[in-house]
Amino acid sequence: MTTDLSVNLGTLRLSNPLIAASGCFGYGVEYASTVDLSTLGGIVSKGLYLAEREGHPPERIVETPSGMLNAIGLQGIGVHRFIREKLPELRTLGATVMVNICGSTLDEYVEVAHILSDVEGIAALELNISCPNVKEGGITFGSSLTGTHAVVGGVRRVTRLPIIPKLTPNVTDVASFARAAEEAGADAISLVNTFLAMVIDVETRRPALSNIVGGLSGPAIRPIAVRMVHDCRRAVKIPVIGMGGIASARDVIEFLIAGASAVQVGTANFVDPFIWGKLLTGLAEYMARHGVAQVGDLVGTLDTSVGQHA
Amino acid sequence: MIGAVGGARHDWFVVNHEPSCILMRMPVDIQARVIGNTRLSDDYNIIALAAADIAASAEPGQFVMVKVRHGSDPLLRRPFSVFEILRSPSGPEGITLLSKRVGVTTTLLHEAAQGDIVDCLGPLGRPFTLVDPPAEAWLVAGGVGLAPFATVVEALQIRGTSVTLFYGARSAGELFHLEWFGSRGVRLVLSTEDGSRGEKGRVTAPLERELQAAENREVTIYACGPEPMLAATVAVAARYGRASQVSVERVMGCGMGGCYSCVIPIRDEDGGSHLVRSCLSGPVFAGSDIAWAAPR
Repeated sequence: MTTDLSVNLGTLRLSNPLIAASGCFGYGVEYASTVDLSTLGGIVSKGLYLAEREGHPPERIVETPSGMLNAIGLQGIGVHRFIREKLPELRTLGATVMVNICGSTLDEYVEVAHILSDVEGIAALELNISCPNVKEGGITFGSSLTGTHAVVGGVRRVTRLPIIPKLTPNVTDVASFARAAEEAGADAISLVNTFLAMVIDVETRRPALSNIVGGLSGPAIRPIAVRMVHDCRRAVKIPVIGMGGIASARDVIEFLIAGASAVQVGTANFVDPFIWGKLLTGLAEYMARHGVAQVGDLVGTLDTSVGQHA
Repeated sequence: MIGAVGGARHDWFVVNHEPSCILMRMPVDIQARVIGNTRLSDDYNIIALAAADIAASAEPGQFVMVKVRHGSDPLLRRPFSVFEILRSPSGPEGITLLSKRVGVTTTLLHEAAQGDIVDCLGPLGRPFTLVDPPAEAWLVAGGVGLAPFATVVEALQIRGTSVTLFYGARSAGELFHLEWFGSRGVRLVLSTEDGSRGEKGRVTAPLERELQAAENREVTIYACGPEPMLAATVAVAARYGRASQVSVERVMGCGMGGCYSCVIPIRDEDGGSHLVRSCLSGPVFAGSDIAWAAPR
């Protein structure tokens, strides 16, 4: 049986549902020695502002039970250097390039989006309205319904590229944010970004991270992320890209069943930069075993009927 | 640029910018069998791993990312310098790692038994640039900072370069592998914090004294250890006009340039600094390139 792994996210067609998550894959070129970038559904760049950013001082990460906390602070080379220094190589390597864009102000999001719209070789824009580690912009927009609507709507007016707001889980009702993004013209949504969290060194009584708080990722958050993807899938008609602690093909499939049309993998790539082939093989094997010809036929197939369990 | 320390062998690395050709790295991930584990003390051990492909390509100063247990606890790999390359008549067959127990992974490494499997990703990072005679190599190691220097010594031996090892630890019981270095013609200058072996005090004291007396000799300093020791070593080297290369250890998430956690400040020409990833641009840097924190 042949398995068709291709995915349609609105107008965006991917060869398979596996996408490298922003902030977990450098600018992509770093991983060209462990994975053929053209075999991924896509890659999402590190978050880019208009200008370069230094990020937070170390310590920037700390390990937690089955997870990690990070507060990198969006160190980045800015949109212009990305276009000049990274994009040509990514195109040569055959990557499907999505760019994660940031802004301290609404105008900055719009300007970054506008700049990227005129550039060849970009498949989509992911709007970072959910980084929990940076005070200005980002999360300020993403944790308010009007802010979410304003950023998505503002970017919508200046680009024909597919736009994918990345939602924060640090809100009471993530589905209402999915609806706000859809109403404002988003082509898809991605979730979840990291959970705001904290680790303290009890010997020194100091925070483990220089930023005091950071974002929790890894397998520890997966069940919450699956639930939030499930919530959003039922709230909107646009495709949902799921992420949060995916570390195996089984986890990919869980997100698909919960309602994700594609998934992003982040922290697991730190642990195993060769994970991508294993995930693809595992997904194809599962589809063959369950007689699923097209990966889309798995999406949102959660069976909640009563009395079916053996 | 790292050009100040000679040798153009790794000129594809430009420290002040992103490495220009990351594609030249070809790390492998090996499920390496533990072929030996020598416990040197309650904290220190030398673990031998069957990792032929890494042994064949690792250069002095490069590192591997290690995961001892499958599953998600502990989740991330941890970085270790390659300590020794193990060779059989048929060629390189494994590596050893010098480990000090500080957390979960190092505890698991201390307790590992022959036959256990350890995931080992590498080789990674920018190696030391080695000098040829008549230049001498003076190595400065603090505690577990001895880790990169066995491979460095072997490579220098092949070049015929004379080697001195300034080796400092807390006490005599934490000075390891002395016979190994001695039998390879390395001149040893020892120091301990408690004075139980060698000179009492910091390793930089004998280093400074000997640099003072070595005015007409060509000396390059190689250092690995705690950052305050590295900063002091670089300062001493600079005072006597000597180039230094240091191997730094920052909290590292991935070793591949993906996470941006292991950043270190590099001096700008205008007096400022910017952060680079020590996994890609390092772990070996020219000592004078780093914007060292003021001593506390």
